[in-house]
Amino acid sequence: MSSANLIRVALGAYLLIFFSYLLGPLVVMSLTAFNSSSFPTVSPWACFSFEWFDVLFNDKHIRDGIYYSIVIGIGTVILSVSMGLAASIVLTQVWPKLRSTYYTMIIAPILIPGVVLGISTLVFWDRAGALLGATDGSFLHGLFHNGIFLTILGQSSFIASYAMLVFVARLQRFDTGLTEAALDLGATHTQAFRKILLPFMRPAIASASVLAFLASFENYNTTTFTIIDYKTLTTVLAQKVRLGINPSISSLAFIIIVLTIFAALAFEAANRNKERKLAVQQGKVSANKSGVLPGFMTGNPAAILLVLLAFVVIVLVGTAQKYSPEACKVQVREAKQIEIQQRIKELREARRIKDEARAAEEAEQPAQAPANAPQNSGAFGNVFAPGNLSEEEAPKPDPAPSSGTGAFGNVFDPNNLNSE
Amino acid sequence: MSSGVAVDLENITIRFGDFTAVKDANVNINGGDFFSFLGPSGCGKTTILRAVSGFLEPSEGRVLIGGNDMAGIGPNKRPTALIFQNLALFPLMKVWENISFSMEVAGASAAERRKRADELLDMIALGGQGDKLPSELSGGQKQRVAIARALCANPDVLLLDEPLSALDLKLRQHMRTELREIQQRVGITFIYITHDQGEALTMSDNVAVMKAGVIDQIDTGHNIYDDPATPFVASFVGENNVFRGKVKSISGNEAVITTNRSGDLLSRITPAQVGKLAVGDDAMMFIRPEALELAPRDADSKTTISANVINEEFEGNSFSVFLQGDGGKQIKMSVPNLGQDRISVRGENLSLRYDASNAVTMPAGELASE
Repeated sequence: MSSANLIRVALGAYLLIFFSYLLGPLVVMSLTAFNSSSFPTVSPWACFSFEWFDVLFNDKHIRDGIYYSIVIGIGTVILSVSMGLAASIVLTQVWPKLRSTYYTMIIAPILIPGVVLGISTLVFWDRAGALLGATDGSFLHGLFHNGIFLTILGQSSFIASYAMLVFVARLQRFDTGLTEAALDLGATHTQAFRKILLPFMRPAIASASVLAFLASFENYNTTTFTIIDYKTLTTVLAQKVRLGINPSISSLAFIIIVLTIFAALAFEAANRNKERKLAVQQGKVSANKSGVLPGFMTGNPAAILLVLLAFVVIVLVGTAQKYSPEACKVQVREAKQIEIQQRIKELREARRIKDEARAAEEAEQPAQAPANAPQNSGAFGNVFAPGNLSEEEAPKPDPAPSSGTGAFGNVFDPNNLNSE
Repeated sequence: MSSGVAVDLENITIRFGDFTAVKDANVNINGGDFFSFLGPSGCGKTTILRAVSGFLEPSEGRVLIGGNDMAGIGPNKRPTALIFQNLALFPLMKVWENISFSMEVAGASAAERRKRADELLDMIALGGQGDKLPSELSGGQKQRVAIARALCANPDVLLLDEPLSALDLKLRQHMRTELREIQQRVGITFIYITHDQGEALTMSDNVAVMKAGVIDQIDTGHNIYDDPATPFVASFVGENNVFRGKVKSISGNEAVITTNRSGDLLSRITPAQVGKLAVGDDAMMFIRPEALELAPRDADSKTTISANVINEEFEGNSFSVFLQGDGGKQIKMSVPNLGQDRISVRGENLSLRYDASNAVTMPAGELASE
């Protein structure tokens, strides 16, 4: 094998490992959402089922959590995008000597642990309320102790820094000459901002908004302190994990993954479409290019895979209404029942053989050790014997052990005291 | 053309920290003039333009437009429009929106703006291209859009900051004529910044030559070329041969200087420096390459230079002959191509003569670096 081939194989293997590391957990998680087993698991596979989606949508805590997550996300987007934009514009205007200091200050919240931000937000607004003389029950007091208000502020304190980084990158490509040209043509500063800078920043504003929303939606560290008596999706999930999870969380994860894929596909398609339109406009490409695949999929196997996955999802959702896993579940239950019976039978058989053997032994040496001693020897006295809990009567140890033997000579036998 | 609005700079000094970008500039620009600031990059000409347009306030002195002091009036309130070096067309707006931007911010309706934009597009010969984006236009077209956008604001003074520097040579020459035509058509005052002497000389009514924040000379292009006021102007504008020496004698506006290699040379004293030269002073004499010619046998030795040929280049319309000069500098002689095979052979000793009225002498000073 030539070294070029070797490199290609090695690269392929590396990519395989890399992507399975990256996507493997998501795939497994998605599969568990469709297993009827009451714990998120793929193996053993019980029944293909949609019941966990029902469980998810009927869970009021999760529904509330999603609702408040979205409300807080929108609030955070509005606050942090406007703060980030203002901060980035100031960065371009501030005196060069001050610039690095200012930048460090503005970027610092990213480096501060979210926990600290959460606690300090809580404490600060409580103190601020006290300082403003907000008494218990007043509007201000209510506002400063409102979980949604505090969470938006707490999250924005560092998400604004992320937004600013996005804006700074875009602003660096802005020609300040354009603002000067606008001013020179008679525009006021407000007009120059609105008609020149803002349209230029629009793509950055869009991406900063998405970034801010996602950062807010998935935030836990800060939120858990500032949310107080409300709940977001993350805090609800955290609670659920503490109390024991069921696959409804997997189904939520599956929904989020699917939405992400759809959004990514739509975005990509829109982008390609726009590029194509532009190309057509400039007469570089003929308008009706004949092709089987839409433009963005040619030469992009990942996109084709994603589209296939999207089809699968659509089919799944379509069958979800009709398909009922009940038959399968009954089958599984019966199978389990039979398995248990089988196991019990086997145990009984084993015991019977043992007992017979012992009886034969005892017959030979009748003065020896108590008949059922081995059954009592475990520290927990067979509590965990598989047969114990089954409905069928498992063979019980002999209730009347013979007295006067054993290390302690039955000193603890409750009957000892009665014998007096 | 007296219809335009005059611009006066009175004792303008502009400092950035310790650095003085413009020192005590006094310029009177007549209304309707095409006025150029000419100088090497970094000489402060753009700074002056920004002071006129209002993007910076002079540290000292006043800017008057049409007799009104502009102190404290922002760029959006001044009757000026600036054409930026990089044009600064708004990339996200269509061409017609770019052109009519000044009307948009003034609150004009879309129909009105479109109408005016189309008129201006016709004027700059870009009719029907209004719906394109600036990125879809060629360099020369962008140039004209920038001019139309500035004119749409109906400015009294149009300021141009090296607008042609990004264009290729052919287009630049074409745009020169076009700019001059537009200026004559609209009749407003143009203030033009350039480091290209060709642009300044062909287009301008008057030119100010600047060096390191100081204006050396303000005059018509013709006078600046023929009667440079300082060694800097003489060496920056056009090509010039310099001869260093000491003043031997002065009679009226003529002087004889003694040079190291070429002996005594006669020339006239440049008008701006008459009376400022004394016998024994260090002086510089400048002769244009085209003012030199091969000397006849009986030529006056005071207007004859003898030198060895180093090299000869054929330039199409002329021959350039390079000869051993004073110091390190070569003497260049330009001979029109009238069908000769060649002018000289390498190493040959030539006698060159000139007319004393075509050579100017002035006190020694700094030359433009090349």
